[in-house]
Amino acid sequence: MKAIEVRGLTKRFGSLTAVEDVSFEVEEGEVLGLLGPNGSGKTTTIRMLVGLSRPSEGDARVLGFDLSSGIHKAKRGIGVVPDSSNLYEELSARDNLLFMAKLYGVPKGVREERTEELLRAFGLFERRNDRFGTFSRGMKRSLTIAAALVHDPKLLFLDEPTVGLDVVAARSLRDLISDLHHRGLTIVLTTHYLEEADRLCDRIVILVKGRVVAVDTPRELKRSAEEGSVIEATFRGATSDHSADLSARLPGSKVVVLDGTRLKILGGDPTRVLEELVGFSRSHDLGLEAVNSMRPSLEDAFVSITGLSPAVMAKEKGGR
Amino acid sequence: MVRDDLRCIYEIAAKDMRTYYLKPPAISWGIVFPVAWTLAFYLRSPGDFEELVPGLIAMTILFSTTAAEAVVINFEMRLGTLERLLLAPVSIGGVLLGKVLGGFLFGLLMTAAVTAGTALAIGLRPDLTILIPVAALSLLVFSSMGALFSVGFKEVFEAQTFLNLPRFLMVFLCGVVYPISAMPAPLQFISQLLPLTYTVEGLRVAFSAAPSSPLLDSIVLAGFFVLFIFPAMRLLRKRFE
Ligand SMILES: Nc1ncnc2c1ncn2[C@@H]1O[C@H](COP(=O)(O)OP(=O)(O)O)[C@@H](O)[C@H]1O
Ligand SMILES: [Mg+2]
Repeated sequence: MKAIEVRGLTKRFGSLTAVEDVSFEVEEGEVLGLLGPNGSGKTTTIRMLVGLSRPSEGDARVLGFDLSSGIHKAKRGIGVVPDSSNLYEELSARDNLLFMAKLYGVPKGVREERTEELLRAFGLFERRNDRFGTFSRGMKRSLTIAAALVHDPKLLFLDEPTVGLDVVAARSLRDLISDLHHRGLTIVLTTHYLEEADRLCDRIVILVKGRVVAVDTPRELKRSAEEGSVIEATFRGATSDHSADLSARLPGSKVVVLDGTRLKILGGDPTRVLEELVGFSRSHDLGLEAVNSMRPSLEDAFVSITGLSPAVMAKEKGGR
Repeated sequence: MVRDDLRCIYEIAAKDMRTYYLKPPAISWGIVFPVAWTLAFYLRSPGDFEELVPGLIAMTILFSTTAAEAVVINFEMRLGTLERLLLAPVSIGGVLLGKVLGGFLFGLLMTAAVTAGTALAIGLRPDLTILIPVAALSLLVFSSMGALFSVGFKEVFEAQTFLNLPRFLMVFLCGVVYPISAMPAPLQFISQLLPLTYTVEGLRVAFSAAPSSPLLDSIVLAGFFVLFIFPAMRLLRKRFE
C-alpha cells in the first residue's frame, strides 16, 4: 500500500489558485520532499493532506483513507509538525506532550513512558518542567516534533522543519529526521532549502506556483541537469550588463549571473556553449580568464528544471 | 469516533480550566462586574438585598462564561494552538464543545461560589431542584454565546467589544434593573427575546416560595443553546475550509 496517493489536488482562495492539479505518491518508509520557493503551495498542500483545509478539487488517500470521506480515521497514524511551533506556551514541555498524548487517546501508562522517552531522545529531559514559552527556537522546534510523535504515528508531516534555526540547531534537527527515517517512519517534509532536500529526501516533488514541475530522486534530478552540461566562466571584466546578450546567443541554455565576473551556463551543447563564450568575450572585450565544467548540484538541476534563479529560494518569509 | 470526540471534549475542557480559567485575570473578569453591580444596588437600597440575589447570580453566569470563551477561543485561534487541537482525531464540533464545556465549568465554579456566599450570608434557602437546572442551562447558553462571538471575530478585544452590546442590553432589560412590566411595550418585547430574561425568571422561582414552574424558562433556554452552538460550529468549520 502507498502511504499517500494524491490525485489532482487543487486549492483556490478566491481568485488565487494556491495549489493546482497536484498529483504524487509517497511510498511507505520513504522521505518525500516538497521543494519550492515561498508561496509555491507547500503548506497549503500539507494542510489539505492532514485535514486542516478542504480541497477545492481532487482527492487524496492518506494511509488508506480518502480525504473526501473524512480523514478522521487516518489521524491516529499521522503526526504533524506545522510551520510554526504552536504548542502551549504556558504549559511545561512535559505537560504539552502529555496533553497531546491524551488527545490521541494514548493509554495512561504508555503516556508517561513515551513522554519521558521522547524528552530524552530530543535532549529536553533536563528542561521537562520548564514552560514551552521559555524555550529557544531550536528547542521549541524539537519539542514540536516530539509532540507530533507521542502517539507513535506511521506518517510524519514536517512543514519547514529548520526555518529560523541557527546552523547547529538545524544540523542536529536534520540528524534527528534522518534517525526517524531509519526507524521506518514515512516522512513528508517541505523545504525551500535545496541542500536540505538533497540530504534528507529519497524523492523530491518540485512545486512552482502551485504546480508540480518535477518528481524524482535527487540523483535523477541532478542527472537530468547533467545531460545539458554546466559550465562556469570567469572573465576579467564585469559581465552583469551583458548577460542578456549571452542568453540571446544561447537560446537552449540558461545563463545565471553568479557575481560581477562569473557566469554559469546550464544546458545546451558544450561545443556550442564554448564557441559562444569565446565570441561573447571578444565582442564585449571582457577577456576570458577561466572556464570550468562542473558537476551539477541540485541547485543547478532546480534552475534548469524550473527556470527560476536560485535567489528566489533564498527569500525567507517574515520571521516567526 | 464518538468516543474520540468525548475524550477530546473532556481533555480540552480540563486543560483550559487549568491553564486559563484558574488564573487571576479570568476570575476577576468573571466576578468583579457582578459584585460591583450588586454593591451599587445594595448601597441604593440596603433593605432589598434578597431581591437582588437572583440578578447577581444571573450576572455572574453571564459574565464569567462569556469572558472565558473569548479568552480560550480567540487567543488560541491567534496563537495557532486551536489548529493543533484539530490535528488530533476530533471533529471541529468536538473542539468547540470542549471549549464550551470549559466555559461552563468555570462559570459553574464562579456561580457556585457566589450563590453559596450570598445564601449563607443572608440565610436564603433556594430550591436546588430548580436552581441547578436553570443555572446549568444558562451556563451552557452563555458559554455558547461567548463561543459564537469568539469564532466570529479575529481579535480578543473585538469579540469582547461586540459582546458588550448584547450583554448590556440583557443586563438592563432582563427585569433586574427595571421590572419588565413597567417597561414600555417595545422594550418589553425586546426583553422577551433575550436569554438572560429567562435565567432571571427561573432563578426567581428558585428563590421564592411561590409554586410557579420554571419549565417554560428551561425550554426557552435550551432553545437558545441550540441557537448559539450550531452557528458557532458552522463558523468555526468555515475557518478551516
Ligand atoms: N488562507 C489563505 N487565504 C488566502 N490565500 C492563502 C491562504 N493560505 C495560503 N494562501 C496563498 O496561497 C499561496 C501558497 O501559500 P503556501 O501554501 O503557504 O506556500 P508555501 O508554504 O509554499 O510558502 C500563497 O500565495 C499564499 O499567499
Ligand atoms: Mg509554507
